[in-house]
Amino acid sequence: MQRTRALVLAVSSALLLGAAQAQKTTITVGVFPDLDSVIKAAIPGFNKLYPNVEVKISSLAYADHHNALTTALSTGKGAGDVVAIDFGFVAKFAEGNGMTDLNKAPFNAGQFKSRFVGYTFPQATTQDGRMVGMPTDVGPGSMFYRTDLLAKAKVTPAQLNASWESYIANGKKVVTANPGVFLIPDASEAAQIILRTGLKSGEGMYFDKSNKVLVSPTNARFVRAFTVAKQIRDAKLDARAGAAFSPEWTTAFQKGNLATEFSGAWLVGHMQNWLAKDYAGKWGAQNLPGNSFASYGGSFWGIPTQSQNKDAAWNFIKYLTTNPAQQVLAFKTTGAFPALKAAQNDPIFNQGVEYLGNQKTRLLWRSAAAKIQPIDVNRLDPVAEQIVNDALSEVLNGTKDIPTALAQAQQLVERRAR
Amino acid sequence: MTATPSIPQQVSSGWDKFQRRYAPYIFISPFFLLFFAFSLFPILFNAYLSVHNWQPGSGLGDMKFVGLRNFSDNLTDPTFWQSLRNTAILAVESGVPQHLIALPLAFAIHMGLKRVQSLVTAVYFLPYITSVVAISVVFFTLFSWQYGALNAGLNALHNLPLIGGLFPAEKINWLGEVQYVQPAIAMVVVWRYVGWNVLLYLAGLQAIPSDIYEAASIDGATRAQQFRFITLPLLRPTIFLAVTLTLIGGFQLFEEPFVLTNGSGGTGQQGLTTIMYMFRTYNSYSDAGVAAAMSWLLFAVIGILSLINNRIFGRSGLAGKD
Repeated sequence: MQRTRALVLAVSSALLLGAAQAQKTTITVGVFPDLDSVIKAAIPGFNKLYPNVEVKISSLAYADHHNALTTALSTGKGAGDVVAIDFGFVAKFAEGNGMTDLNKAPFNAGQFKSRFVGYTFPQATTQDGRMVGMPTDVGPGSMFYRTDLLAKAKVTPAQLNASWESYIANGKKVVTANPGVFLIPDASEAAQIILRTGLKSGEGMYFDKSNKVLVSPTNARFVRAFTVAKQIRDAKLDARAGAAFSPEWTTAFQKGNLATEFSGAWLVGHMQNWLAKDYAGKWGAQNLPGNSFASYGGSFWGIPTQSQNKDAAWNFIKYLTTNPAQQVLAFKTTGAFPALKAAQNDPIFNQGVEYLGNQKTRLLWRSAAAKIQPIDVNRLDPVAEQIVNDALSEVLNGTKDIPTALAQAQQLVERRAR
Repeated sequence: MTATPSIPQQVSSGWDKFQRRYAPYIFISPFFLLFFAFSLFPILFNAYLSVHNWQPGSGLGDMKFVGLRNFSDNLTDPTFWQSLRNTAILAVESGVPQHLIALPLAFAIHMGLKRVQSLVTAVYFLPYITSVVAISVVFFTLFSWQYGALNAGLNALHNLPLIGGLFPAEKINWLGEVQYVQPAIAMVVVWRYVGWNVLLYLAGLQAIPSDIYEAASIDGATRAQQFRFITLPLLRPTIFLAVTLTLIGGFQLFEEPFVLTNGSGGTGQQGLTTIMYMFRTYNSYSDAGVAAAMSWLLFAVIGILSLINNRIFGRSGLAGKD
C-alpha cells in the first residue's frame, strides 16, 4: 500500500513537472532599432522574475516595422505579442480593433496613470477611451544652440528663447555675425511648436472633443503659428531644409551651418554619433522659445488583438514600463528619456551630458517633460496634419496668404471629417 | 496468358490519355497560378475594396460597403484633381523630350556608330537599371539649394568677367520653388528613361531592311530624307509601342517625385502625382477604399489616353491610312 502510494506520488509529481515545463511560453517582440537594444538589455532581468517566459526579438528598420505591423493587423496574422509603436503611428493603429485596449480588464492600465509623465497616457488613448500602448520613453522638446556662434554675435540663449519675437530679432544678429549660417533648419518648425502649445483643455491639435475642425483663419493658434513661421522665412533665417532627416537637413548639420534646432532630447544621441560629431562641446540646450513645452515623439508598447499570449505579453510590458530599474537601464542603453516618473529620480539625472559641454540638461528635460500639456488624439490627425503642413508650405513659399491658406485647409479637413 | 500483357498496356494507355489531355495544362499552370495569385486576385480585391470603407489597421472583418461614395469622394477632392494635373504636366514635360531625344539618337547610333553600338546603348541604358536610392543621392548633390553642384556651377559662371551677368547671383532652390519643382523632376525622368527608349527604337531600326536605304541612296536621297520618308513610317509600330509605354509609365510616375521631394510632394504640392496621392491616402490616411477607387479612376484616365494614342499612332488609327 505504502509502496503504491509512493509510486502514485512519484508519477503525479513527474506529471506536474512535465506540465510546468510545458507551460513555458514564448512571446515575440516586434521592435525597431535602437529600441531593440532596450529589449536585449531587459531580458535577463525579466527572466529572473518570469523564468517561464521566453522573449524573442523580431527587429525591423523603423519604417519597415510599422509597415509590417499594418499588414499583420489587417490580415490578422503575423504580428508579435508585444509591439513597439512610435508616437507618429499611434493615431493610425488606434483605429479599428487591431490593438488590445489596455484600459480594460485584466490589464487595467489606468491604475498606473499617475506614475507616468502626464501627457503620455492621453497620447496613447483614442477618442473613445481605448488605450493602445503603454508609454516607455518620451521626447521632451528642447532648443539646442551653438554656443560659439551665439557668442560671436554676443547673443545669450536666454535672449533667444525669451519669446518668439525675441528669437527672431536676436536670430537676425546671429545670422549676420556668422555668414553662411542659418538660425534654424526650417521655418515650419516654429509653427509646429506653436500649434502644440496653448491648447484649451479637451482640444486636440486639429479637432475638439466633438470632432469639430479647429483649423480656421479665425483660430488664433493657427494664425499665430503661421505668422511666426512666415516672419522667420521672410527674414531669411531658415535653411529651408524641410523635414528632419531630409538630405538638406542632414547636410546642414554635418557642415555646422545651423545655429539652433528644436527637437527632442534624443537628438543628442544622433548628434554625437553621426550628425554633428565634430561639434562636441559646442552645442548647448535650453527650453523652447516663448516658454513653450512640446513633445517630440516617444515610444509605446502595445499588444495586438491577435496575440495568443496576452498575459505574458502584459507582464513583459509592465516590466519594461513600470519597473524603475529597467527604465533607468533603458535610459543608459539608448538615451531614451524614461516615461516613468520614478525612474527620473535616479542619480544619473544629476550628471552632466558630455556632448553638451557637461551641461546638466537632464534636469532641464525632466522639468520640461512635466510641463508638456496633454493633446487629445483624433483618428483623422494624420490627414489634418498633412493638409495643414501643405497649407503652411504654401504660405512660407509666398503662393498664398495666411487667411486664404487656412480657409482652404479648413475646407479640405472638413470634407474628410465625415 | 493473353490477359497478362494487356494490363500494363491498359495502364499505359490510360496514363497516355491522361498525359495527352492534361499535360499542357500542367505545363502552363505555373504561369496561371502566379497570375491568379499576384495579378488577378489583387485586381479583383482592389475592385472590391473600391466600394468599401476600410482602415487597414483594423483587420479584414471591418469592411463596410459604401457603394460609389469613394469615387464621388475622389471626384470632389481638389487635391485629387491637382495630383492629376501635376501628373499630366509631368507626363508631357518628361515624355515628349524622351522621344525627341531618343529617336534621333537611336538613328544616329544605328547609322554612325556600328562598331561601338552596344557599348553606347549600354551607357544610355545604365540609368534605367540604377537603384532609385542611388539616383536620389546623385540628384540631391546636384539640386541641393545650399550644397548642390548645380548652384555651385552657376555661381562660378556668375563670377566670370564678361558673361557673368547672364547667370543668377542668388542660389536657386530647385526643389523648393514652385516653378522649378516640376522641371527638376521631369529632368530626372528624362535622364532615366531615354536609354530605355533608345533601346526600343534601335530594335525597331534594326528590323528595317538595309536594301531600302541602299535603294534610296542610289536614288539620291539624303540622310535627312531617308529618316523622314523611310525610317519614320516604317518605325511607326515601334513609336506606337514606345509612346504607349511612356504614357502608362508617365501616368504611374511615383519613385522619382517621391524620392526627390522626400515624399512630401514638394513646395506647393507641385510634385504630388496621383500615384503618390494614392499611396498617401492608403499609407498615411489609412483610407484603403478611397485609395482603391483612386487607382480605378487613374486606370480610366490611362485607358482613355491609350485609346487616343491608338487612334493617332496605331495601325487602325488615323496615321495607318496613309
